[in-house]
Amino acid sequence: MADNPYLPYPVKIQQIITETEDKNLKTFKLVFLNKEDEERFTFIPGQFCEISIAGQGEIPIGIASSPTEKGFLMFTVNKTGVVTRFIHNMKEENIIGIRGPLGNWYPWEKMEEKNVVVIGGGFAFTTLRASIVYMLHPENRNKFKDITVVYGARSPGLLLYREEIAEWEKRDDINVHITVDATDDPNWPYNIGFVPTVTEQKITTSEDSYALVCGPPIMIKFTQPVLEKVGFTPEQIIMSLEMRMKCGIGICGRCNIGDKYVCKDGPVFSLAQLNELPKEY
Amino acid sequence: MSDKIIKKEELTNILKALKETYEVIAPVKENGFYSFKPFKDGGNIDLNFTNTRLSPKSLLFPQSERIFEFNLDEKSKDGYIVKEHPKDYPPSVIVGIRPCDAKAFKLVNINFDNPEFKDPWWVKRMEAMTFIGLGCNEPSSTCFCTSVGCGPFNEESLDVMLFDLEEYFLVRALTEKGEKLLKQGRVDKDVDEGLQKKADELRIKAEKKISSSVPTDKLKEKKINDLFNAPFWDDVAFACINCGTCTFLCPTCWCFDIQDEVTKTVGDRIRNWDSCMFPLFTLHASGHNPRPEKVQRVRQRFMHKLNYYVDKYNTGVACVGCGRCVKYCPVNVDIREVFSLMNGL
Repeated sequence: MADNPYLPYPVKIQQIITETEDKNLKTFKLVFLNKEDEERFTFIPGQFCEISIAGQGEIPIGIASSPTEKGFLMFTVNKTGVVTRFIHNMKEENIIGIRGPLGNWYPWEKMEEKNVVVIGGGFAFTTLRASIVYMLHPENRNKFKDITVVYGARSPGLLLYREEIAEWEKRDDINVHITVDATDDPNWPYNIGFVPTVTEQKITTSEDSYALVCGPPIMIKFTQPVLEKVGFTPEQIIMSLEMRMKCGIGICGRCNIGDKYVCKDGPVFSLAQLNELPKEY
Repeated sequence: MSDKIIKKEELTNILKALKETYEVIAPVKENGFYSFKPFKDGGNIDLNFTNTRLSPKSLLFPQSERIFEFNLDEKSKDGYIVKEHPKDYPPSVIVGIRPCDAKAFKLVNINFDNPEFKDPWWVKRMEAMTFIGLGCNEPSSTCFCTSVGCGPFNEESLDVMLFDLEEYFLVRALTEKGEKLLKQGRVDKDVDEGLQKKADELRIKAEKKISSSVPTDKLKEKKINDLFNAPFWDDVAFACINCGTCTFLCPTCWCFDIQDEVTKTVGDRIRNWDSCMFPLFTLHASGHNPRPEKVQRVRQRFMHKLNYYVDKYNTGVACVGCGRCVKYCPVNVDIREVFSLMNGL
């Protein structure tokens, strides 16, 4: 973090990738303007940043790249509000800012020597992508047992990181189950069905496992009982939450769930932790 | 340092002397209400108040403050780069702050100055500030400080305490900062035994005058979800119109918003007070809102003060019993009743 935790590091947009056919999701590859800022910025998959655009404001976005990918940071942004609309119209070489890394991360120490099940839906696949890339890195892969991914979107054109996922498909050190709710493509090579249904078919044991689950509320609602049925305890189910934020450092007071701030005590919580908190998110 | 004594009419001259080194801030009566304003040589200070209408929180945490600046000229070398806005933090004295308001600074300090993150503007202003308190001889009927760990002569958050003894002020230095300030103001006449005794009696008498109290003994053991799902929230919130007056006046409400404002190609990043009473406070860009209903927002305010804060920091409730929210609520929502409901659940 910078000495003043509210002051963004200046970064340049190096590359913009349109991810989905509806053009609502774009990935921004950012590079630091100052070498010393880059050296200072060390993060762990699961953390997020405040993307800061002078004159527009700030938005909390998960870091979609892995710390094993050097020289840039990657954020995938859904076009929704004032700042996201603005950044969608920005160009490569434009200057913006980032503050972070913010928040906690997936429980990597606990997940060592365990099977890791990654379940994602729609555009909530960003820090999950960071996590998969991180685990697949040669230095890290043998720290984990089986890695299984269930990732779904409404249609093939709405899947993020498609080329990369197709590469994962070909590997033998990760099991990837891609699914879409529906498609009119007769040659669609992957699954058709909702994420909870595909999870039920593919995830048959909770032994020695952790599940990282990110997606829209409806997906989480129906995936949770599927996981519980095969024996996942609330401690083994890990989720990352979203909330309206401003400061990102647990001071401005708006993103609380009970006595926890999503920005500082989260965004990653186990279901066991969430069960202790008021249902106000 | 032993207690000192000054004649009341000497105070203005002492403050004038302090003005050479410090920014002096004092209670001033304007348009029928008291508030803390810069002390002027003419002597605008007026200590005949119970509580100021607004708490002094804006002295450390301005209602609206430029925190950064930037320009939006793409051709400029630093276009779109957000930069710090230079600020001064002169040594300052707040004179006549009530012990409850001073304690509120201490409670809020836990939020702005914590082991992980320091809010630079708050921390620097806090370091530069010396607190000269004024004990309350005549607490108001809405005051309940003695039941929330404070009191009309509570010294814990002050550097100097003034005891109002009719023609005199007894002046007690409580910290090194306070001693330094008294030396600077040349306050050096020791108090005699008679007036010392009078000051002690005054404190005891004032504490007895606090007629209203709240129960807090069971709050610490309450379970978060039991309180959150308690049956009384609809009743508590029924009359509330979400106007935000309580959060605005409250010395321990600190929530803020950050907004950018632009004129042509130059702009500022501004921090403004915000309020959990407003639906926008938690509205997501997607349209989802975790607290869309009034009752949820009212519950948030009381849960934060009497449960979340209590559990998180273990320093008691985030309320100093100043009574402002009780006095100025347009529909008579009374935090004292909510204390009873939550503590009694």
